Amino acid sequence: MITKHGATRAVVLAALMAGTAPAALYAATPADTLVVADAIDDIVSIDPHEAFEFSGVDLNNNLYDSLVELDPTKPGELVPGLAESWSVAEDGVTYTFKMKPGITFSSGNPVTAEDAALSLRRVVKLNKTPAFILTQFGLTPENVDQMITFDGDTVTMKTDKPYAPTFVYNCLTAGVANIVDMKTVMANEVNGDMGNEWLKSNSAGTGAYVLRSFKPNEGYIIEARAGHWRGDAPIKNVLMRHVPEGATQRLLLEKGDIDIAREMTPTDIAGVEGNADIKVQNDVGGQIYYLAMNQKKPELANPKVLEAMRWAIDYKGMTDTLLKGQWVVHQAFLPRGFLGALEETPYGLDLEKAKAALAESGVTLPLEVSITVRNNQERMDIAQSIQNTFGQVGINVTLDVGDGKQVLEKYRARQHDITLQTWGPDYPDPHTNASTFAMNPNNADEPKSTGFLAWRTAWEPGPLHAMTEAAVAEPDAEKRKAMYEEIQRTHRDTSAFVLMFQQARQDALRANVTGFHAGGATDSASYWTVTK
Amino acid sequence: MTDHPPDTAPSRLFTVARRLGTEMFTLAITLLGLLAMTFLIGRVVPIDPVLSIVGERATQEQYDAVRLALGLDEPLWKQFAIYVGDAVQGDLGTSIRTREPVLTEISRYFPATLELATLATIIGVLVGVPAGVLAATRPGTLADQIVRIVGLMGYSMPVFWLGLVGLLVFYGQLGWVGGPGRLDASYEMMMEFTITQYTGMILIDTALNGNWPMFANAFSHIILPAGLLGYVSMAYISRMTRSFMMNELGQEYITTARVKGMPEWRVIWVHAMRNVLVPLITVIALSYAYLLEGSVLTETIFAWPGLGSYITNALFAADMPAVLGGTVVVGAVFVALNMASDILYRLVDPRAR
Repeated sequence: MITKHGATRAVVLAALMAGTAPAALYAATPADTLVVADAIDDIVSIDPHEAFEFSGVDLNNNLYDSLVELDPTKPGELVPGLAESWSVAEDGVTYTFKMKPGITFSSGNPVTAEDAALSLRRVVKLNKTPAFILTQFGLTPENVDQMITFDGDTVTMKTDKPYAPTFVYNCLTAGVANIVDMKTVMANEVNGDMGNEWLKSNSAGTGAYVLRSFKPNEGYIIEARAGHWRGDAPIKNVLMRHVPEGATQRLLLEKGDIDIAREMTPTDIAGVEGNADIKVQNDVGGQIYYLAMNQKKPELANPKVLEAMRWAIDYKGMTDTLLKGQWVVHQAFLPRGFLGALEETPYGLDLEKAKAALAESGVTLPLEVSITVRNNQERMDIAQSIQNTFGQVGINVTLDVGDGKQVLEKYRARQHDITLQTWGPDYPDPHTNASTFAMNPNNADEPKSTGFLAWRTAWEPGPLHAMTEAAVAEPDAEKRKAMYEEIQRTHRDTSAFVLMFQQARQDALRANVTGFHAGGATDSASYWTVTK
Repeated sequence: MTDHPPDTAPSRLFTVARRLGTEMFTLAITLLGLLAMTFLIGRVVPIDPVLSIVGERATQEQYDAVRLALGLDEPLWKQFAIYVGDAVQGDLGTSIRTREPVLTEISRYFPATLELATLATIIGVLVGVPAGVLAATRPGTLADQIVRIVGLMGYSMPVFWLGLVGLLVFYGQLGWVGGPGRLDASYEMMMEFTITQYTGMILIDTALNGNWPMFANAFSHIILPAGLLGYVSMAYISRMTRSFMMNELGQEYITTARVKGMPEWRVIWVHAMRNVLVPLITVIALSYAYLLEGSVLTETIFAWPGLGSYITNALFAADMPAVLGGTVVVGAVFVALNMASDILYRLVDPRAR
């Protein structure tokens, strides 16, 4: 309407032109630069041996490489990184990696086996949050100098006992196992921090890009390396802008001021459908939505009550409406994209089956329970849907609402009845979720094994614990896959958890952008494959 | 020593020194009170700062170790004393989340807020004062009604909504202004690598570097959020100006001036305005201080990396050193503006000297 008032427009335009740059009128991103908008305020550190948040790992994936890597175009497939070959010895605990020759760090220093060994040792010695991904193999600051060694062009890593080789390799693809330029990093050491402070605003890797600038909560700029060992990246610069608001991202994308919007809401996504300049790319994320039933409450430990609950949730109704585009129905603890992930979804809303199971359970109806849930729109929507369908079969639910930390504290203290939670994998191997959902070494209140979700909800996994231990030691990849499938089936039907949804992700791109991979369930974007 | 009456110069010096002393004392008490309040609120809220560092995956041992390292097992008064002691030495602590000094972080976000708030206040004053005078000199006319309605809208419409609609119309549809963010992508890269950054305020830095195209681009980005915040403060300033001016215009000295045949513009802008200015300075200073806190909603919509979203993010992350540091800075800004308006008082009102 305003646009139709030609005269007014001309006057105001003229007035504004006097002070406004014409540049604002021809907004388009430079041809050799990819401009991405995302919410990056989760970043705590971009030192690859400390970063453990989505946005930080995302960035580091483009700055660093590991000995072995996952193919960005084929999720789950191991490909050579800085090592050209790798093997495990007969003893099952000695892994050898042969370095690829002729690769240099961004400083120009050649990549050596020494850099690789010292980098992995640095992870263990720094012992930041993600260090457990390596220390779970029995590496400690005291023994790591003996466990990880180098000689010529080979790196050798020993584990404390035999594990499934795929488990070890998958863990080595995680961001925490990135190889850094140890000469440069140690030259910037301050007070024995092994260069940790310096790596919070600099990069020293072999990745396709080099960090040019990083401003927390504002954005970063990375620049492609010429003569990179993978071949030069078509996009010379990537500019990440911190834009927390989805509607704002949409506007920027529609105007062509950004090339990729990574944090748009389903409403915004629906708004750009039919816009020929924009395409929506669907992918999965690693997060899983689940309910955990506290086994200290006798009614909730009753298998028939748990069965009834599995049938009394409107999975599809939720993903078709309130979770549309954000979550898909998924009823196993391994996210799609992981080795052995189950994709079958046998449970659906069936009130009759639920009522029958409740009748068999022998509990007195109505059953009074509370669901501890975070005060967040999406979680409240899910909890209310469950409250509604549970109510129809005779389970009266009160919602116990708190902020994220309150809810988590309650869960860790085993004080919930039922709690609605999400969980994301820590590294790209099935053991990450299997160990927490299906293992519980000691179900007693003390010592507090809060690292195990099974412990938090006071569930004794029985034979699943041993099966999971066996799976993580299984040398044969195919057999290992079958073992996880069996564990997930049993877990799905008999555990104190109800697995419901897996995260779906929608990135909106300008139509001319191709080759962008968000990284699937491992959540790490690759920019070096992008063209526009 | 002698019974000579003290001469005037030392006595004036003494008065000034005493006044300064009193003000410094008030300032110290105010800041201490502020620290105490925020500190207590920080301890009362049911947020576990340890959990926000170690994360969901941590074991009990890791949890206990961090709790000890943070000094959270010390008695409350001791924790507070340590905090105040550090703050006096210019150390506002280290952010729990990023482990960067809070002061360093704030010095990164504050210039963006300062730039936005200053431009917004300039707009608010340049439009608000004449609008208020116009309304006061023509009460009940169409002009008065328009000023009142426009002001009311500024008061009552949510900034969030105004911001989105503003973006949609002026950026999305018409393309008259730059979008969210402080610069276009191409300029953002240039800013990073070719501009010497003196102040962190892009308009000033680009001007000092003589890069006028970039200055213009920055202006096209800041004008919409600044105009929006300026509109909100204009609403307040114009209403207050109107009421102050109406009050002055009813005074006898105005009638005298008019009877003397003084031109009306002189009566209003020189005689009446002089007296209106005194309370108006307080109003403007308050509105400026309010904007300097950072406007979270505006900053979110316009992807503006300011103080408001910094403090809010810190709150969500249970990063109490950052919250406390941000609050102290905001408090200090309030106190400083208060002192500045006190000084301005004395300049415009001889009675206050």
